[in-house]
Amino acid sequence: MNNRPMLEIVSLQKRFGENLILRDINLKVARGELVFIIGPSGSGKSTMLRCCNRLEEPSEGDIILDGRNIMSGTSRDLDQMRLKVGMVFQGFHLYPHMSVLKNVTLAQRKALGRSADEANARAMDMLDRVGLAEKANAMPSELSGGQQQRVAIARSLALDPLVMLFDEPTSALDPELVGSVLAVMKDLKSKGMTMLVVSHEMEFARETADRVVFMDGGVIVEEGAPEEIFGAPKADRTRAFLSRVRR
Amino acid sequence: MQSITDQFFNLTIMAKTLPLMLSGLWMTAQLCAAVILLGLVGGLLVALANISPRAWLRIPSIVFTDIFRALPPLVLLIFIYSGLPFAGVEISPFAAVALAFLLNNSSYYAEVYRAGILSVGKGQWEAARSTGLTKAQTLSSVVLPQAIRNVLPDLLSNTVEVVKLTSLASVVSLSELLYNANMARSITYNASPLVLAALIYLVILWPVVRLVSRFQRKLAA
Repeated sequence: MNNRPMLEIVSLQKRFGENLILRDINLKVARGELVFIIGPSGSGKSTMLRCCNRLEEPSEGDIILDGRNIMSGTSRDLDQMRLKVGMVFQGFHLYPHMSVLKNVTLAQRKALGRSADEANARAMDMLDRVGLAEKANAMPSELSGGQQQRVAIARSLALDPLVMLFDEPTSALDPELVGSVLAVMKDLKSKGMTMLVVSHEMEFARETADRVVFMDGGVIVEEGAPEEIFGAPKADRTRAFLSRVRR
Repeated sequence: MQSITDQFFNLTIMAKTLPLMLSGLWMTAQLCAAVILLGLVGGLLVALANISPRAWLRIPSIVFTDIFRALPPLVLLIFIYSGLPFAGVEISPFAAVALAFLLNNSSYYAEVYRAGILSVGKGQWEAARSTGLTKAQTLSSVVLPQAIRNVLPDLLSNTVEVVKLTSLASVVSLSELLYNANMARSITYNASPLVLAALIYLVILWPVVRLVSRFQRKLAA
């Protein structure tokens, strides 16, 4: 088993016009590690996550995925790389004109080149894993938000990613639906998936995260084990943020 | 009263000129098939250029849509059919109509497609691209199916306009429905063939117009 990081963010900078959104971010995520990112809105945490599969184009710096720099290479390489980085969005973004099953098979067929049988079998496995095998033929509009998000997770998992990125996966959900999505994420973690999670679910972070990263103003202010960050934060900014979200 | 019926609703004359009208209708149908297909395909290409991040594609396509929406289609048609021969370019009536309509319609269809593509949220693009789909795959499998569904009433009502506009082809002596009706009128000294042509257009297009209204109401609901 090699111990080089699964994902490494090196000197990442992101500028929008004059605004420097990310200033020199460095972060290593080990295999099977769940890194949980917290911070006030506008701190750059979502932007950082979106730079990891170049949905947002970094202004400077490198993103190393399993030893390969995703900043170099052709657009074909970029598409291949994106297959290996699963992404789950706040707004689910299922394809509304396709059944649940087709949502999960589309990229398997088109981007991975799997046969219909292979893709269907894999999709059913993944839907089973998120507890929605019986909804395979439903349309997304017939599902609750929590169910849609779990299908979105299955859609990414079906491509056998090395890393899963979660961008506020439960923020758009009614409170009673949050648990089912977090349970799926917890299960993923226990099966050894490497995960980078931007979220406000502090309770989940405390129980599941290996490491918590606090970002503010485009920099990583502090990082450490959940008990350190939540129990004894060193930086004033971290303390101030945590007292605000706890209230 | 008798004379109005004789002049406009003369069934004997309508029956006698029916074969001529039907052959005109057949030409109109062929013309519609050609110009609708050209417009749908040309419009899609122009729309894609229109939303392209590449300036060398986007700017010419914007100029194209602006010019051909501003230019009266009849002016365009007569120029292509009667003007171009002065430059040594002889063109058949059918080809002239097809070309004029391609230029005119694709700019209108392009605007409809563009609105449809823009109505599909950025999240759909991002979700698809994040799973490794290329831009072309994202467009064809994810964005366009939704875009077209969102603007189906507008595509349909634009198509109604296109069908009506094919009657312009009569000015370049293409023997479509209106041309043949007008010819029948001059042969019989009677307006009934023109009334018959109008009725044929109505019978064909009325249901489509109804359908558009129903779609629009359904989408608005």
